[in-house]
Amino acid sequence: MSEDVLFQLNGVGKSFVKGKEKISIFDDLNMSIERGDFVAIMGPSGSGKTTLLNMLGGVDQPTSGEIWFDGTRIDSLSESALTRWRAQNIGFIFQFYNLMPMLNAQRNVELPLLLTKLSKAQRRKNVETALALVGLSDRAKHMSSEMSGGQQQRVAIARAIVSDPKLILCDEPTGDLDRATADEILEMLQLLNRDHGKTIVMVTHDPAAAKYAKLTLHLDKGKFVQREIVA
Amino acid sequence: MGSLIAQIISVTLMNLGSLRRRLWMSLAMVLASAVVVAILLAFLAMAKGFEETMRGAGSSQIAILMREGSSTELNSVILQDQVNLITESAGVARDANGPLVSPELYVIVDGIKRSSGTEANIPLRGLNETGMAMRTNMRLTEGRMFVPGTNEMIVGEGVLREFSGFDIGSEVRFGKNLWKVVGVFSTGGNIFESELWADIKTIQSHYNRGSSYQSIRLQLDNDGGLASVKQTIAREPRLNLDAQTEREYFASQGKQLQYIATFGWVISAVMALGALAGALNTMYTSVADRAKEIATLRALGFSNFSAFCGTIAEAMVLAVAGGLLGSLAAYLFFDGLNTSTLGGSFTQVVFSFEMSPDLFLQGAILALVIGFVSGFFPAWRAARMPVIVAFRHAA
Repeated sequence: MSEDVLFQLNGVGKSFVKGKEKISIFDDLNMSIERGDFVAIMGPSGSGKTTLLNMLGGVDQPTSGEIWFDGTRIDSLSESALTRWRAQNIGFIFQFYNLMPMLNAQRNVELPLLLTKLSKAQRRKNVETALALVGLSDRAKHMSSEMSGGQQQRVAIARAIVSDPKLILCDEPTGDLDRATADEILEMLQLLNRDHGKTIVMVTHDPAAAKYAKLTLHLDKGKFVQREIVA
Repeated sequence: MGSLIAQIISVTLMNLGSLRRRLWMSLAMVLASAVVVAILLAFLAMAKGFEETMRGAGSSQIAILMREGSSTELNSVILQDQVNLITESAGVARDANGPLVSPELYVIVDGIKRSSGTEANIPLRGLNETGMAMRTNMRLTEGRMFVPGTNEMIVGEGVLREFSGFDIGSEVRFGKNLWKVVGVFSTGGNIFESELWADIKTIQSHYNRGSSYQSIRLQLDNDGGLASVKQTIAREPRLNLDAQTEREYFASQGKQLQYIATFGWVISAVMALGALAGALNTMYTSVADRAKEIATLRALGFSNFSAFCGTIAEAMVLAVAGGLLGSLAAYLFFDGLNTSTLGGSFTQVVFSFEMSPDLFLQGAILALVIGFVSGFFPAWRAARMPVIVAFRHAA
């Protein structure tokens, strides 16, 4: 595996049994994601794009094949090892933000840092930096209920980058936002990729969102049917 | 380790912070825990109060003698010649006036309970001057001592509290005889305060007891005094008596009402099962309500153990809050509450509910058990829920 490759999927299959029927989502999926890439995965409902994202994030396991991340095979890790791996390597951005409603923006962003050995002062500094990067320094003490959808998603982005993960996984990050706000969020992701070198994998059904990525992969019936490099 | 503790604290605070979303269910759990703890404490306070009342009456330096085989004074008979024989026994303390021996009579009279207006038995004890002197913790709190040879009596503070018609100056009719209340006495809250005291000769006369008695109290001269008295009884065939210290006697009387505490635990255990059912429902609802948050935290890298501990902690906080509420209610409503119950001699024993730190501790333990058990299985579910399932569940 090339040193530039961050993620490598070799012959990955995923199926489950429903009643007496075996349903296959992927059969023999192969892909690689390089460091510094910004990949959009598109496809119709049921094509398996969210399942693929979950497997990349270590929250779902393949039924066959191998998943390698930065030289480590992650599909054979235990639940607790995967949890630690996620904490160290992955930042998640969800469609509905998934902020803790009882915490303010600052405390939400701090959550991943509670899993590190950083001191309280260091955590506060990192949180301030992350919030400044997403332009929400003045909203640090606000609760999520006091913020717009776009602002909440920016807090979620700050939470995803605060611990400096190697990979950011986005599940329909603009699915709950209007066009203008969605563009702001996508520009922010693009900035993180372009100026800060963050590797990003984004699942979306929105072609306009996919245009912000460097590479778009079209998934249908468990297979990549099209590969599109954005100029 | 530090990270794990930070995770647990953080998850616990988030769980508690989200309680507002489940306000009524959470309050129901608090209330259920409060009721169970309050009921347990009420029973334990009752048992404790009764136990203290009985224990406070007994001295290890006083022996009580009753007819062989009699378990209470009421079914004992002692004749004058037996009193004379035991008076000369070794082991009996003496003062300037002679041996410290108190033959006593114990008859039952009727009183009207203030709480229910119904009749209940009260013991009327006949005492001589020595018997009065042997009760060193007795003091008159109102009025004066009865005059021997008259129909005067003094009443215990417990009787005055629980029964009507015994105020100082009152005249009370027992059978054909009219008695006058001339004083109120205290014996430090023990069982003697549930009695009426009068001159023994007068009672013997009014109740046709001739020169018979029902018990003898002896002041023992030293720690081996009781053994000497028992040797005298064993040697003398006319003394068909049983001897024991007053402390032993009242302890055995108190034991028969120990079922109060046992009954309290049984009732509380049954109620706790009902409370647990509700609490389990509350906690399962809590886990379902927080599924999205649990999943998100797990996705961020929080351990399943922190999800487990956070849920357990939430359950225990709710149950302990209920326990505190129940303890406070029990303290406010029951501590010092006066009541009476049927004692060993078919007479009313007046006592007060008594709350104490050890009872609060038992209440706290029960609340913690309710919290732990009601939190354990939902916490297990929260911890074992695969992150992907939690995401789907939250969707």
